[in-house]
Amino acid sequence: MDLTSINPILLLASLMVAATPIILAAIGELVVERAGVLNLGVEGMMITGAICGFVVAVNTGSPWLGFLGAAVGGALVSLVFGFLTQFLLSNQVATGLALTLFGLGLSALMGQGYIGIKAPSFPDWHIPLLGDIPIIGPIIFQHDPMVYVGLFIVAGVWAFLKYSRAGLILRAVGENHEAAHALGYHVVRVRMLAIMFGGACAGLGGAYLSLVRVPQWTEGMTAGAGWIALAIVVFASWRPGRLLLGAYLFGGVTVLQLNLQAAGAEIGVEYLSMAPYLATIAVLVIMRAGRAPGSLGQSFHASR
Amino acid sequence: MITLEKRPQPSRLWVFATPVLAVVLTMLCGGLLFAALGQNPFETIRTIFLDPLFSEFAWFYRPQLLIKGAPLVLIAIGLSFGFRAGIWNIGAEGQYIVGAIFGAAVGLAFYPMESIIIFPLMIVAGALGGFLWAMIPGILRVRFGTNEILVSLMLVYVAEQLLASMALGVLRNPDGMGFPGSRNLAQYDSATSWINQSAGLHWGVAFAFIAVICAYVALSRHIFGFNVRLSGQSPRAARFAGVNPSRLVLICMGISGALAGLAGLFEVSGPAGQISIDFNVGYGFTAIIVAFLGRLHPVGILLAGGLMALTYIGGEIAQSNLGLPIAAIQILQGMLLFFLLAVDVLTNYRVRLGKRGIA
Repeated sequence: MDLTSINPILLLASLMVAATPIILAAIGELVVERAGVLNLGVEGMMITGAICGFVVAVNTGSPWLGFLGAAVGGALVSLVFGFLTQFLLSNQVATGLALTLFGLGLSALMGQGYIGIKAPSFPDWHIPLLGDIPIIGPIIFQHDPMVYVGLFIVAGVWAFLKYSRAGLILRAVGENHEAAHALGYHVVRVRMLAIMFGGACAGLGGAYLSLVRVPQWTEGMTAGAGWIALAIVVFASWRPGRLLLGAYLFGGVTVLQLNLQAAGAEIGVEYLSMAPYLATIAVLVIMRAGRAPGSLGQSFHASR
Repeated sequence: MITLEKRPQPSRLWVFATPVLAVVLTMLCGGLLFAALGQNPFETIRTIFLDPLFSEFAWFYRPQLLIKGAPLVLIAIGLSFGFRAGIWNIGAEGQYIVGAIFGAAVGLAFYPMESIIIFPLMIVAGALGGFLWAMIPGILRVRFGTNEILVSLMLVYVAEQLLASMALGVLRNPDGMGFPGSRNLAQYDSATSWINQSAGLHWGVAFAFIAVICAYVALSRHIFGFNVRLSGQSPRAARFAGVNPSRLVLICMGISGALAGLAGLFEVSGPAGQISIDFNVGYGFTAIIVAFLGRLHPVGILLAGGLMALTYIGGEIAQSNLGLPIAAIQILQGMLLFFLLAVDVLTNYRVRLGKRGIA
């Protein structure tokens, strides 16, 4: 094995790219869970976003429109989940699983004519001045725009939850929906909006995989990324700052194992490919999760 | 304005009617989907749901029904215990793979010896493999409070990689001229699970029926079944009644893991024949739908397993005869679960039409 072939600057730079789909999906789910809804369908929404984004981008030639299409597609399938859990009061765990199974099928069907096509290129930004700083420049400031969109959304969610009135209402709904209802807030409306935001973000995350990271369409290409995003929300104790840490940790493991594969490590390729999943389990075990939102996973029915 | 009013008791009628209603709605919606794909909806629905049973080639498809149904029922029965108690083992697919690897490894270790003891040993190994794989999320939940949904699911991906490594490495057929995949167990008399291949009968089918009967007795006549149901409906009451929640988690995970492992073993030593990279085809996930469609009741699961096997076979027929993409069947199965969860509201709530009064 030749460890000198691994360039630490490139490693850190690709870490940011590898973490981006997880960050996008996880920040959406974080908002959903802070509103007291457990949507286990992240994987399904991600893969739907991946194919919607890919189809739109290939047909229009614009990756930006592709990302828009992915967000819309993810939000639309999340509406099915929202309708079932919020209006028909179905079990959130089971409905989330159904969304994942449905999304995998839907994406496979939609993607039939798109296997083997290359996505339109999405060039990296070379941010002037900042991108020219040695070492830090190539690591942080020379990525494609979606990396920064992801970070921007995380910062936005952090500020929204911490400082805005709407964020306070959302947290109240998640902590105690009975009390929020008694105060006159529309629990179901808040939750539906949160679910749609989660769907849109998961869609963006999926499209990042199919448009930037791979960039091709293959069936089942998310390969558990949605579930890892769910794990990272738990790891982050439902706080946006720690979510970034978790996603970068995960990105680091992914990139490192890919580099070790390329460098010809003694360990089999299959065992290296297990690493991200094992790392996620290890993180779940080691990190004691903080307190979950009080009403997480419970159905709300305003009885008279 | 439509409002929902909680029923004091779940409706007896709707408990039985909702799965049927969900199937009918799925057929309607599936028909629309097929029409959108440019197929004749009536012909497609008939091909999927009726042709495997009643067409002129049904003699060929009916045994397939047993082959596809057995692993689904076996896994779903195991899952139903945990789901009733609020313990979510989503990683049956992984336990299925590991059970197959364990069982096949035992069988291959004895090759080419012929003995009556080999197959029972493989059964034990298969169940043990699934059991141990399920114990990982079980013990982590009991000991560290980690979420069993996420851990069991992560372990599916780990198991898939393990499967690939086994098919390419340790268990590869030494006479296979370098192709990935193990020796064919179905052609090794002491290790095959086939009883009668042309009738679709293998030991997995027998075990599926036994599991249904045992689960029925356990749930309706044994204190364990009572504890499971109680824990699901009211965890607090269960604790007062002396149910040890940790032990219940381990038992439920263990049962579902062992049954999934068994399903994997019977599949690898019969219908699949060998350990290969693409050995698993998603039975572990479809079994979740089967468990819910059967209302977590053993007899219901038996019927639901049959129906789901029907869609698999019908889907294959529709694919070869009508050119229907196989992904459409996957959507159909997902849709079925959606409708099932949606109409379930009728079991627990009464729908009232009328003006909303003042609170």
